[in-house]
Amino acid sequence: MEQRYVFVLAALLTALGMSVFFYKWQVLGFPVTENQERPVWTVEAAVSFDSGPGSIRAQLRIPTLTPGFRMLNENSVSRGYGYGTPFGDDGRIAEWTTRRADGEQTVYYRVSVFEDDAIDESDTTPPFPPMPVIKEPMNTAVQVLVEYARERSADTASLTSEVLRRLNDPSPDASVELILSDVDNSAKFVAVVCEILASARIPARVVHGFPLTERLRSADLVSWLEVHDGDRWLYFNPVTGEESLPERFLVWWRGNEPLVNVEGGSDVRVEFAIQENHIDTVAIAETQSAKRGSSAIDFSLYSLPIRTQAVYSVLLMIPIGAFIMVIMRNMVGVDAFGTFMPVLIALAFRETKLFWGVILFTLLVTLGLTIRFLLDRLRLLLVPRLGAVLIIVVMLMLIISMTSHRLGLETGLSVALFPMVIISMTIERMSVVWEERGPADAIRAGVGSLLVAVAAYAFMGMNWLEHLIFTFPELLLVLLAVVLLFGRYTGYRLTELHRFKVLVKD
Amino acid sequence: MSVAKKLHEAGVLGLNERNANYIMRLNPRRLYPRVDDKTLTKELAVAAGMAVPELYGVIVHQGEVRNFAAIVKDKRSFVVKPAQGSGGDGILVVTGRSERKRDIFRLSSGVLMSEGEIRHHISNIVGGQYSLSGQRDKALIEYCVHFDPTFAEVSFQGVPDIRVIVYRGYPAMAMVRLPTRASDGKANLHQGAVGAGVDLSTGTTLSGVLDNLPIEDHPDTGAVVSGLQIPHWDFILESSARGYEVTGLGYLGVDMVIDANLGPLILEMNARPGLNIQIANRTGIGNRIKRIEEIYDAAATPAERAAVARREFPASA
Repeated sequence: MEQRYVFVLAALLTALGMSVFFYKWQVLGFPVTENQERPVWTVEAAVSFDSGPGSIRAQLRIPTLTPGFRMLNENSVSRGYGYGTPFGDDGRIAEWTTRRADGEQTVYYRVSVFEDDAIDESDTTPPFPPMPVIKEPMNTAVQVLVEYARERSADTASLTSEVLRRLNDPSPDASVELILSDVDNSAKFVAVVCEILASARIPARVVHGFPLTERLRSADLVSWLEVHDGDRWLYFNPVTGEESLPERFLVWWRGNEPLVNVEGGSDVRVEFAIQENHIDTVAIAETQSAKRGSSAIDFSLYSLPIRTQAVYSVLLMIPIGAFIMVIMRNMVGVDAFGTFMPVLIALAFRETKLFWGVILFTLLVTLGLTIRFLLDRLRLLLVPRLGAVLIIVVMLMLIISMTSHRLGLETGLSVALFPMVIISMTIERMSVVWEERGPADAIRAGVGSLLVAVAAYAFMGMNWLEHLIFTFPELLLVLLAVVLLFGRYTGYRLTELHRFKVLVKD
Repeated sequence: MSVAKKLHEAGVLGLNERNANYIMRLNPRRLYPRVDDKTLTKELAVAAGMAVPELYGVIVHQGEVRNFAAIVKDKRSFVVKPAQGSGGDGILVVTGRSERKRDIFRLSSGVLMSEGEIRHHISNIVGGQYSLSGQRDKALIEYCVHFDPTFAEVSFQGVPDIRVIVYRGYPAMAMVRLPTRASDGKANLHQGAVGAGVDLSTGTTLSGVLDNLPIEDHPDTGAVVSGLQIPHWDFILESSARGYEVTGLGYLGVDMVIDANLGPLILEMNARPGLNIQIANRTGIGNRIKRIEEIYDAAATPAERAAVARREFPASA
């Protein structure tokens, strides 16, 4: 009966712990390994214009759907302007408005993005575009070109490539020359391609953006061609006709609408600057969860003051130590003094480091035990004797620290970190076992304690584990579940296999 | 893994299984004081009509330690033990005292101890040095058993005792614990005593075990351990079965000694009896527990249950 409750409880705890863990890891992007940094690009658009006499409304197209990138945050710097980011026909717009302004004005829009492969083109499938109305003789030229491309292609992608190759032919024929007669920049070129494809009933549009680099004072927008093949959007290099997207291409806006539009201002200029920074993944995840309104961040240990964080990063390792203790006691069957004494010793080892930790611990216990045996002759009552042992342990720690300091061994100073009360109790307990059951038992249990402490230290000192538990404290629920299951483990302990070996019948 | 499988097939009980399946299930916490406090065990056993070593005195407070001399004034031999001790820790067996100077005592090991030293030992007991959780304790001073000569050849000083594991009132397994030089006159296996299995149906000893290893002869006396007939075996089985009614514990260890004059006496009972008894009997206790579950009869009297044990559990090998 209890068995079933324990299994159900353990399953619930595991499910809860793991689901919170996966949510924070996969959705919010908290890193499972430590010291992870990722590049974050900040793109700044500066819109400058000369203000006219009346009210001003400045509109800048800004990123809406950014395949391959996730937006970390965005803001605007614009004194004296009202600011909003409404949705326009072709995506979002940053809009600045003011009653009046004097002289040259500059407003800034800034967005930070980081790479995230999970962000795909989440655009819906577009409807078939209407047949564009094209005047003759242009119409005939377009029809000729589409016919030509259609004959030499198998699908939307190859047709698009063929059209682009034809248009980029270094020795264009008459119809191509006619089509391109008005084109004076790449954006217009891509717009014309879109129109040609529309007459072939293929949805296409212009995308504007830039490949993100480390640092760029003034970045130039690049126009790219986006074609929908019925399934998904494909990207084409308008010059080469290749189906590809430049590396780290941030899509700024789509469509034929102008990038910027200022009512009540003149001489409008837009400058883009790109800056790459490296930001701790945890910080990014926190911003993400704050944006989602997730309560994960409210319960994140990273929101605590730094000093408290340091305390908790150590405290959270104690459950790991307790877990090791459970394994060593109930699965392996190691004899040790005090249930959790080895865990506290292991905690001290974190400061002293293993080698010195073991040496100092052994030294302290040996000296303490010797003095305890001398005390025994005085026939003191129990509690005063424990008090005396404690005082002696503290004095021994002092002497060890002083001596090692004199000798120039600074590690000896860290002996002060040993839990003296626990060590006193260990000495007392060990001396009783020594008298009652002989030195062999006492030393065996002493060595067993040290062994468990070393094992616990080995796990408690793992930096990745510390990071994991600190970032995902909900994993402690999983640990709790495992410990509960161990609590119902009724199999043999490892040492019992040896102990009962004579009972094995061949 | 294969060793674990074989042990399991042999019905060998491990510590984890004992704790989880038997002790925690059958021994409710609230009943523990009945066995953990030896003064209470004594009272309950006496009330149930069982024979126990006579209690000379109890020392509860540090201030009463000075009464020690008065308690043992006209006793030549006695035993000092903590009421809540475990595993035989803190037990002092005094077998004689100097006729001329009455304050020098001889322990079973032959060591001489002054009255002051014994009083220090008692105050340690009262302070809680030997109690299970380090809490304050009581010191018992009681009759020292003059053990039956049956085991004289296979004991080195001290008092040999008989441990019976009683499962839900049915004796399941038994062993004789024989003190050695190494165990300092104490009859606990982990202190170095020899354990010898017992054929429940006849009450004769089987071969022994020392430090988890099988032996045939006593390490100090050289006498053969097996084949000894335990006197009053019927009475011992029935008394241990009665331990279930006295304590209410479903997984119980009953320790008895055989006094040369008084016959079998209940020494103490244990809510967490050790598992070495399996090695002493060269067989796992798990199969016997299973058998008891099959034939369990809540209405059976202790005598009937003892009879069932005699019938069901003869020596397996």
